[in-house]
Amino acid sequence: MARRRPERFLRWAMPLGLILVVLALWELGVRWNDTPHYILPGPILVAQTLVADWHTLYPSLLVTLRVTASALAVAVIGGVGLAVLFTLSRMVELSLFPFAVILQVTPIIAIAPLILIYVENTHLALLICAWIVAFFPILSNTTLGLNSADHNLVDLFRLYGASRWQMLRFLRLPAAMPYFLGGLRIAGGLALIGAIVAEFAAGTAGTGSGLAYRILEASYRLNIPRMFAALFLISVAGILIFLALTLLSHLLLRKWHESAARRDG
Amino acid sequence: MRAEDAGSRASGGTAELLLELRGVTKSFPNGTVALNGLDLAVGRHEFLCVLGPSGCGKSTALRLIAGLAGASDGQLAWPNGGSAGDIGFVFQEPTLMPWATVFDNVHLPLRLQGRGRRRAEDVVMQALALVGLADFAGAYPRELSGGMKMRVSIARALVTRPRLLLMDEPFAAVDEITRIRLNHDLLDLWRGQGWTVVFVTHSVYEAVFLAARVVVMSARPGRIVAELEIGEPYPRDDTFRLSESYLRYCGRASAALQQATETG
Repeated sequence: MARRRPERFLRWAMPLGLILVVLALWELGVRWNDTPHYILPGPILVAQTLVADWHTLYPSLLVTLRVTASALAVAVIGGVGLAVLFTLSRMVELSLFPFAVILQVTPIIAIAPLILIYVENTHLALLICAWIVAFFPILSNTTLGLNSADHNLVDLFRLYGASRWQMLRFLRLPAAMPYFLGGLRIAGGLALIGAIVAEFAAGTAGTGSGLAYRILEASYRLNIPRMFAALFLISVAGILIFLALTLLSHLLLRKWHESAARRDG
Repeated sequence: MRAEDAGSRASGGTAELLLELRGVTKSFPNGTVALNGLDLAVGRHEFLCVLGPSGCGKSTALRLIAGLAGASDGQLAWPNGGSAGDIGFVFQEPTLMPWATVFDNVHLPLRLQGRGRRRAEDVVMQALALVGLADFAGAYPRELSGGMKMRVSIARALVTRPRLLLMDEPFAAVDEITRIRLNHDLLDLWRGQGWTVVFVTHSVYEAVFLAARVVVMSARPGRIVAELEIGEPYPRDDTFRLSESYLRYCGRASAALQQATETG
């Protein structure tokens, strides 16, 4: 116990310390070289801009987060739903899986402009873009998980005359949980990327209000500090999404799954 | 009272038939013939051990009896009624759901039959008490030792009060001491519960200790090539394990197994 505490402290202190050192070097470098702030602003100026521009950046952050969250939610519903359908019917899987792969391998930046043309509602168009990127890892991981149930347990369920629904509810879905959560963590980051990419595409077309749009707008005005401030918010949002999903995964799996359960002794 | 009853009926040869396999053949789509003309009669309340070399189709035979697979040829009959419905199955691995507590794992068969948690609680706790795990109802499988997991698996098999218990090398993966203890407990349970047990194993010593009758299967394609009555009365304990007659039975079973392995 006595040995574990400093280790735990170091786990946080080391990366935090390193980040502070890098930030300090950045600030010093900018000051020593007298780098103009329209080329590279120092972290202090970025922080000041973040505070000063909070009234425009914060609503944009909310817009981006809303798109990300709704895309992720739709991806979860669609991905899990389709995965369940795949396990129930091999024909459905064979027919639909190629479409999922096509959607996945086509770069979102290339389809986003088309989607923005065809879908009039910008918010909906952004959501579709983010959904396309986020949905595949959930689908493929959940499908894998649903098919990973222990064969002997499948036999046991059959022996006791379990219905398809019972097999799904009591066996396949719980067995798929760790896989699903792994996919969800990937999808969370991807949904944000999808939302940002789509906002860029929409921003170039002159509409939008999310963080990516703020970056575009600031770049037209050579307001580099604001670009950095918006970038910082995007990163923080990405990290928070990842941490939240990691926590969710831990809470759901800690009692039974090897990845989350703590080893004694 | 019931114990002697069960023992004498099983070894007496005049036992009422529970299950009969006649000329059962099982081949797989890839051409493998797992069973070829398997004849086997199982008496009510009998403790039967099926002994055979690895890969001789012992597990396939159990799966056929359980109704988990269909025979390619031959017949499987329940002369006095009964069906795959009242069967308990214990696999080689504990085969527990890792996300469910011990209680929920044992509750599973009843839950699948539509008996809710509250209505099943007494029965589940009784089953757990029988295998000595009443205090672990709330534990998760990963917190248990190999032997304890196996006990949970047995409790789950007996929670529906099956007439027939099928066991597929259930103790092959636990250590020797645990295995001996589980053997003793299994015999106690069998005598107390009035089951019929078909126990598959590749261990001669285990088969002789447990069974009233040992049948030996040949290497693939499997069929019964030898049969051995173990005349020792129940209850059996460690004195039987150390007796000369035990060694004699083991010698005979071992010779039969060796012959079966070679001739198959």
